[in-house]
Amino acid sequence: MADMTAISIPAEVPRQKAPKPIVPRPIVNVSERHEARVAWMLAAPAMILIVLFIVAPVIAVITLGFTDFELGYSTFKFVGFENYAELFGDRTFRQSLWNTAIYTAIVAPASILLGLGVALLIESETVGRSFFRTAYFLPVASLLVAMATVWQYLLHPTIGPVNSMLAMVGLPGPNWLGSAGTVLYSLSMIGVWQTVGFNMILFLAGLTAIPRDLYSAAEIDGAKSPIDRFFLVTLPMLGPTTVFVTTISIINAVKVFETVKTLTEGGPNKASEVLLFTIYQEGFVYLRVGYASAMTVVFLAVLVVMMFAQYRLVDRKVHY
Amino acid sequence: MSALSITNVTKSFGDNHILKGISLEAEAGEFIALVGPSGCGKSTLLRIVAGLEGADSGEIVAGGRDLTRLVAAERNVAMVFQSYALYPHLTAGQNIAVPLAMRNLTSLQRLPMIGSMLPGQKAIRKDILRQVTDMARSLKIDHLLDRKPGQMSGGQRQRVALARAMVRQPGLFLMDEPLSNLDANLRVHARGEIVDLHRRAGVPTLYVTHDQAEALSMADRVAVMMSGSLLQLAAPEVIYDDPAHIEVAKFVGQPRINTIASRVDADGAVTLGTWRLQPHERLVPGTDITVAIRSEFLSIADMGTPGLPAHIERLEFLGSEVIVYTKLDAIGESMVVKLAPSDARGLVAGKPVTIVPQGERLMVFGADGARLRADLTFTTLLERAHG
Amino acid sequence: MTQTFNLGRAIRLTLLSLGALIFLAPYIFMISTAGKAQSEIFTSSLSLIPTQFFYLENFAKAFGRVSMGQLLWNGVVVCGLIFVFQVVIAIPCAYAMAKLKFGAARLLMALVMLGLLVPIHATSLPLYVAFDSAALLNSYTALVAPFSISVFAIFLFLQFFRAMPDDLIHAARLDGMSELGIVMRVIVPNAWPAITAFAIFSVVAHWNDLYWPLIVVSNQAYATPPLGLLFFRAAEAGDDYGALMAATLIITLPLVAAFLLAQKRFVEGITMTGLKG
Repeated sequence: MADMTAISIPAEVPRQKAPKPIVPRPIVNVSERHEARVAWMLAAPAMILIVLFIVAPVIAVITLGFTDFELGYSTFKFVGFENYAELFGDRTFRQSLWNTAIYTAIVAPASILLGLGVALLIESETVGRSFFRTAYFLPVASLLVAMATVWQYLLHPTIGPVNSMLAMVGLPGPNWLGSAGTVLYSLSMIGVWQTVGFNMILFLAGLTAIPRDLYSAAEIDGAKSPIDRFFLVTLPMLGPTTVFVTTISIINAVKVFETVKTLTEGGPNKASEVLLFTIYQEGFVYLRVGYASAMTVVFLAVLVVMMFAQYRLVDRKVHY
Repeated sequence: MSALSITNVTKSFGDNHILKGISLEAEAGEFIALVGPSGCGKSTLLRIVAGLEGADSGEIVAGGRDLTRLVAAERNVAMVFQSYALYPHLTAGQNIAVPLAMRNLTSLQRLPMIGSMLPGQKAIRKDILRQVTDMARSLKIDHLLDRKPGQMSGGQRQRVALARAMVRQPGLFLMDEPLSNLDANLRVHARGEIVDLHRRAGVPTLYVTHDQAEALSMADRVAVMMSGSLLQLAAPEVIYDDPAHIEVAKFVGQPRINTIASRVDADGAVTLGTWRLQPHERLVPGTDITVAIRSEFLSIADMGTPGLPAHIERLEFLGSEVIVYTKLDAIGESMVVKLAPSDARGLVAGKPVTIVPQGERLMVFGADGARLRADLTFTTLLERAHG
Repeated sequence: MTQTFNLGRAIRLTLLSLGALIFLAPYIFMISTAGKAQSEIFTSSLSLIPTQFFYLENFAKAFGRVSMGQLLWNGVVVCGLIFVFQVVIAIPCAYAMAKLKFGAARLLMALVMLGLLVPIHATSLPLYVAFDSAALLNSYTALVAPFSISVFAIFLFLQFFRAMPDDLIHAARLDGMSELGIVMRVIVPNAWPAITAFAIFSVVAHWNDLYWPLIVVSNQAYATPPLGLLFFRAAEAGDDYGALMAATLIITLPLVAAFLLAQKRFVEGITMTGLKG
């Protein structure tokens, strides 16, 4: 299941202030003060926990990024930008960034296009809609670690069904997850398989939200073929959905971890090292918290850049 | 040859017969309103004429062209939708240009970027732009051309929708409740505008509405539809004064026409409570009938005058007229009387009065709802029965 | 137009069916292989029906190596606690932000927006250090606490509550309810669609999460389903895919079954949380 917590950009709408009735001042103050006090009480637990579990840790991780803190040592010192300098020259980290970029470049577009394609096919079909929807959505509702294990079996070089099938038609099956040349693509394939259904559901919702009248108007205006109507109505009307699906797909691809941890541990020969896995290794296996924190800051920066890109795009392009 | 002829169109979804054989002819430049309660099939008929839905059987011919088997895009019809159906991602100008671009540019030329580099399209684009601006100017929306539908008011959107429909000189104009999303003030104003536009364009128009006042005030002829059938197609005055069916009589006119259910007596006369009415032409004895009269053809007189004794229940003062709600003493039926305020002076709730109908305005409808022409020969209220 | 080209339709159905087959293939092979003996798996035959049914043996192995019951129970407890905390903390806060006037509303909104940007992966290092120094690793507390606050929940409920008419709340106040009473007796009963949608979102996310449990739990007694499966794989050296498939089947089944039973709600929930988010 995709984690969507990082996506939203609601334009903050300030509450409209009602014109104040002309009442003797003290009364207004009492009731307003009472309302504010109740509001504080209702919001306090959430506020405290946000500070405790989100704000403080983010500040801590940024601070730790400037230290040489390692778990198990009681002392640490500030080292300025040393960690970032080291990151720059770290072959593993550079490989990891590159792999994450490749993975994202494959998984995001493929799962968006397939999701849109499947949604369009299902939307225009009358038979078996709910069956197809279920079939494509099932991977989203399944435990990824478990399904990754199944994929490991399917892609097993000798006893796996995929290679058995290839052998039947006389093709040599590659060592999908075991060779440096194919591992990233195999993981990408699993990633696509896992996310298409999610995008499909969002596109389906986008499609049903398009007013039928627009298609009627398009027909009358002379859009004869379904393709004409697709470009005149469907595609532009899916604009907001597409921007949203794109951001969420990219962010989720950047956060790939489960399949790598379960299937390859970054191997073989770092061919499937990805950002989160590298952070995990450095921070929680080698316990170099300072250094891993610097990596985390880079990771956070990537997310922030994505969000702003979406922000701008929504503001400019798809606003009706 | 008529400009539009619809012949025996039927449509059903399973057992649900939406249209039960509708036939209708429109003259060149005629404005026909299709009116009826929701679910009567008027919108379906419109969509079938547009080519948005297929008919099960029947034929549609316009301007000598058989449209029945053409898709919507090939029919050269224009349509204004209730929701306006403007493309929200396009500006008003781009919206109005769509029908022209779809027809005059090839799909390659329509492509963004690439399209604008292809040869031959520049002149066409210029021509489209000119037509859009002309159209916008004539509808006084030229200052809105760069706005998107989301930035416009309901009335402005409605004009843009009209402009988009009219810009390419269609052979047939279809409107599906185009005014129902406007507020009351604007609606009355827009009625006049649409009639004006129609007169200028001179294109036969089918106008669907559920509002009888709109239909009567705008159309050359009104087609009243009920549960899939066309009950009457006639000029507004005829529809109002001389309805062919009880449902037409009930649907048209405000307040609703007064009706009293009755039965023809053995001698061919009709008894209304303590009163007997003698038609000139004989009605079939023993059949159920409905007697109807519009509220403005009733008057109120003092108790004791020959007429129908009744009590006043409630008065509604509407400025130019007063609506009096009464109950007939003899049979407990409600009667609504529309009076000039001067005639209503002295009337109060609870007062016993006599209601006097204008005999020649009484109409009789048969059990199947069809008008029985016998009513034309009603003379006057006859003898007073005993009791 | 409802008329369909038969050729177009045939192509469409073929594409959809082929795709569905590919998407369902892993499940088909999982069920099939869970019933095969080790020897049969190694013949790498493509036959889907096991020649001899080994389901019992494989399931016995799966249950024997790792306490599957414990794993599923941990999953239920952790997801349940997380969901309850999230809702109980988020709803009053969202109500205050949506319907009450107070000075900190803007600051709180900024915090929520910031929070939406920050996934657990970004905060896990300091949180781990903190839980470690408090000797709280390997506990339900460690698994649940960081997720007790969901800014996404606040955001989702905030949008839902804003759409609720103010008059409803004014009427409740005139009827003499306290603000907390309004939340419990007016807001919550009217917010069920949002709560169910969020429940699905939350449970799916945390049932599947591997990253955080992997960090704070090393003791099998507290392992959640994904982590347990990882332990099981480690214990199951070699390629005993029969037992492995049996284990994956057991662990996948609860959520998949829930999804199949409440499909409509799932889809609605995902759509609502997805599009609001």
